[in-house]
This record gives sequence, structure tokens and C-alpha cells, in this order.
Amino acid sequence: MTEPRLVEVRRNVLKQNDVIARALREEFQAAGVFVVSLVSSPGSGKTTFLEKILTQLQPQHRVAALVGDLATENDAVRLARSKAPVKQITTGTLCHLEAAMVQNALQGWELNQLDYLFIENVGNLVCPSSYDLGESLRLVLMSVTEGEDKPLKYPTIFNSSDVAVITKNELAAAVEFDWEAARKSIESVRPGMQIFRLSAKTGEGMQAFTDFLAQRLAEHRAVAHT
Amino acid sequence: MHELSIAMGIVEAATEEAQRRGVQVSAVHLRLGALSGVVKDALLFSYEVACEDTPLAGSKLIVEDVPVVILCPKCKDNKTLISLQSFTCPDCGTPTMNIVRGRELEVFALEVEDEEVAK
Repeated sequence: MTEPRLVEVRRNVLKQNDVIARALREEFQAAGVFVVSLVSSPGSGKTTFLEKILTQLQPQHRVAALVGDLATENDAVRLARSKAPVKQITTGTLCHLEAAMVQNALQGWELNQLDYLFIENVGNLVCPSSYDLGESLRLVLMSVTEGEDKPLKYPTIFNSSDVAVITKNELAAAVEFDWEAARKSIESVRPGMQIFRLSAKTGEGMQAFTDFLAQRLAEHRAVAHT
Repeated sequence: MHELSIAMGIVEAATEEAQRRGVQVSAVHLRLGALSGVVKDALLFSYEVACEDTPLAGSKLIVEDVPVVILCPKCKDNKTLISLQSFTCPDCGTPTMNIVRGRELEVFALEVEDEEVAK
């Protein structure tokens, strides 16, 4: 009997996902749609934030959303109140969205009719970090009620995100939220990360965020035309 | 926990590679980056489950942990990060997002026996 031997193979385990994500990114770029994904822990206010964003953007912009949820369609129903096209992706027991699910959900959508597409991931700060969805911008949200050290506990998701949004700022005083400590935690795991602090409930800070999106959309399209 | 779907991806990739070469796999070597978002213990547990009823049943998963390596803009050199909680150069303290390694999730080798021999 021969000895076992070692053969080199070098296969990226997530290759299938990455290939689809790359194709999606090219499709989004060609259609001129700016795609933003949202990740956070459950209950940090993703859906409320997104409902307000969809509503605020709509007079001037064409927007749509995909929303991932384990079992219910509650979030899609809430987002549909914004009158924007919304599609639910029910993941069953799966704790995250994958690029193929986004691709399937988008079948039949005319992407070139959109300015912004938002993809709300399943509430989870661990699993979504591994999966590229083809998005142009990944937002990580955390609420003031979650504790300033959340980024230190979940460095991978913060590190893999582009922009941080601190939500529920209307509760900051009540929970004695230490803004400087939170800022330091984020900076530590993701140097240079842009941070927005806002309240979807009162509207505080929302304008600054939509201005930021408008600027990123313009940049995205400028690149597409060069 | 997404380690089970990752484990199934590993089994699928290794099975394909083994079939292409006409070999039987006794172990799969995986490079796992600290920033891959995958928990090693959960993956090892999931691997056994994912192997059941596949040609890889009974094979071992051998994980090589890959630490995060950054390119320090000040030292102009690759440095291994001490902690995921601090993306700063361990020598000069400069913060950086120039990540060189640490996101790997790669089947890089298979321990195999030729099929005729294994039979």
C-alpha cells in the first residue's frame, strides 16, 4: 500500500458566491444603480431606518429594497408602507443572505429604472460578513442601546463594512451612551470608517445621511461613464 | 451559525477535486483567515456532519489558522496583527486597513490515496 500523499488544490470555498457577486456588481454598475446592504444585530433598528430612508429619498429618487428575514414577512410589510417596491427573501433557517438569493430575487426587475437598491440582511453580526452580495456599500448599524464595545465584540463585520450608522440617538441620554467610547471602538477595528449618528424616529441626522448617499450615487455613475 | 453551509462547500470542492484526479481523500487541508467570519470549532463539528454519505465520509479536516497581516504604511512592511480589536501596526501603532492576508477560506491541499490502492 502506498503512503498517502499531499496534492495542492487551492480552491476558494466561497468561489461560487464570489462569482455571482462579481456578476451582480457588474450588472449594478452597468444599470447605474447604487446598491447598499445593511447588516446589524437583531433589533438595532434596520427596518425603521430603511423605511425612513426609502420615504425620504422617494420624491427625487427611484428606490427599491430587498429584505432578508428568517421566517416572517413583517419587515417587507413595514417597508412597503414607504410605497417603494419591496421584495422579501425568506431564508428559512439560513442566518445570512447569499449572492444567489439576491440574484434570484431580482429576476424580472428592471435595474436601470432604479437609483438606489437597498438589501437588508438577516439580523446577525457574524454570518453575513463572509458573503459578498455585489453591493457597492455595506452599512453596519448599531443602536445606542447595544453598548459602546459592540464593534470590539464583532470586529469582523465592522471591519468588512464601509460605513457605520449609530441608530436610536433619541435614546442616547437615557442609556448614558458614551459617544467617544463608541467612536474609538469603531476606529480601532476599522480605521478611518465614516460614522453617522442619527435618529430615524425624530429625523435627526437623516439629512446628512441621504446627502452622503446622493454624493456616492453621483460618484458611482461618474465611474460608470468613464 | 453558517459553518454548516461552509463545511458543505468544503466537501463539495474537495469531492470535485478528488474525482477529477481519481483519488480518495483522507484529509482536507484548509486555510482559515482570522477575518473569514468562520468559527473553527463550529466548522470542525459541522465538517463531520457535512461528510456523511459522501465520498469524504471519515476524512479529517485540518485547519491552518491564518492571522491577519497588514502592510504598515509607515514601516512599509508586512506585519502580523496582534488582535482583531486593533487594526494598528504592532511596532509603530499606525492604524491601517491595508489588509494583506486574513480573509482566506481556501481548500489548499488534499491528503489522498490512489483509488486502486485504496480499494
